[in-house]
Amino acid sequence: MNFSDKINSIHLDVLKEIGNIGAAHAATALSDLLQKKIDMRVPNVEMVSFNDMMELAGGSENVVVGIFLRIEGDAEGSMFFILPIEQANRFIRRLIHDESFDFYAPSVPELGLSAMQEMGNILSGSYLSALSDFTGLKIYPTVPGLSVDMFGAIISIGLIELSQVSDTVIVINTAIFEEDIKDEEAVRGNFFLLPNPESFEAIFKALGVPIE
Amino acid sequence: MILSHGNEVVKVGIAQMDVVKTPKTIRTSGLGSCVGVIIYDESKKIAGLVHVMLPDSSLGRTESINEAKFADTGVSALVNLVKLQGAQSFKLKAKIAGGAQMFQFTSDKSSMRIGPRNVEAVKEQLRKLRIPIIAEDTGGNSGRTIEFNPETSMLNIRTVNRGVSDI
Repeated sequence: MNFSDKINSIHLDVLKEIGNIGAAHAATALSDLLQKKIDMRVPNVEMVSFNDMMELAGGSENVVVGIFLRIEGDAEGSMFFILPIEQANRFIRRLIHDESFDFYAPSVPELGLSAMQEMGNILSGSYLSALSDFTGLKIYPTVPGLSVDMFGAIISIGLIELSQVSDTVIVINTAIFEEDIKDEEAVRGNFFLLPNPESFEAIFKALGVPIE
Repeated sequence: MILSHGNEVVKVGIAQMDVVKTPKTIRTSGLGSCVGVIIYDESKKIAGLVHVMLPDSSLGRTESINEAKFADTGVSALVNLVKLQGAQSFKLKAKIAGGAQMFQFTSDKSSMRIGPRNVEAVKEQLRKLRIPIIAEDTGGNSGRTIEFNPETSMLNIRTVNRGVSDI
């Protein structure tokens, strides 16, 4: 039996709560960082095929700014913070006080790149430490990597390990957006948390809903 | 979506494969560490594409395996598919692209170096099957979208940072 068959709606609700808590902390951190109100949308937790996963952030060819890190410790997996280029540009311009900064530029200024990396560090750190506090699990994030490229090329690194045990992935997806930006549908960022299948047991056990 | 040739484009997803005959073209998008392998018969104008994720099916721990996911099973499965469409074994040629390392890490975890391993595994399979590699665009740290046209036997490669090229 595949692990995905053992996961029921209660488990998915629990994962949703995890996403909620983690992302709420990250949104607060981001609001502080940018001195700007950042909101988040209640995460959706879905079991999706790899190809559906590729379509989540505007399609596999969509060019995005992606922060990726591995989670190690009691629970393992991958985490991504994905921003549309326009959104990332706005955040970084604000952060480094440089209105000309642009991820589309032929050579992207180092300062902006490291600001982006640092932002990824802070956000993923606050997301994961909230998760760690909540579950009592020891979770260690690796140093995040940054890539400005096609979404499919970026997200596939998180699917590699999962693909050894399954053809589907459970994705904890949280959307974040600036409150005063109107077209929130078009321009927003996403956190994707992709726990390794082996880690679900540890996560559910820690939260009191063990897998049968 | 603009169809680059005015003809139908068959899209292949991650860990999938398919075969086309001219005037159709075949395409896969957002290749990162994965490798896109094209097997084609120039005279028959038949081409197959497999989007490989992992080097070796022994890495798979599921009960039934998806052949297209692994280099060792995917390449030979694709060869069978193009032969079923009428391609002749001795005429088969290959073009490959992908196998990038999207993120630079100091971690020695093997899954972080999966791109180069995928490329090696694909080449190993092609060697075993005696299929020559006519062109390749592998490695580096850019994502790729590739499209093969069996009419011209050209593989079009689009990247975000390095522009567009034909091999």
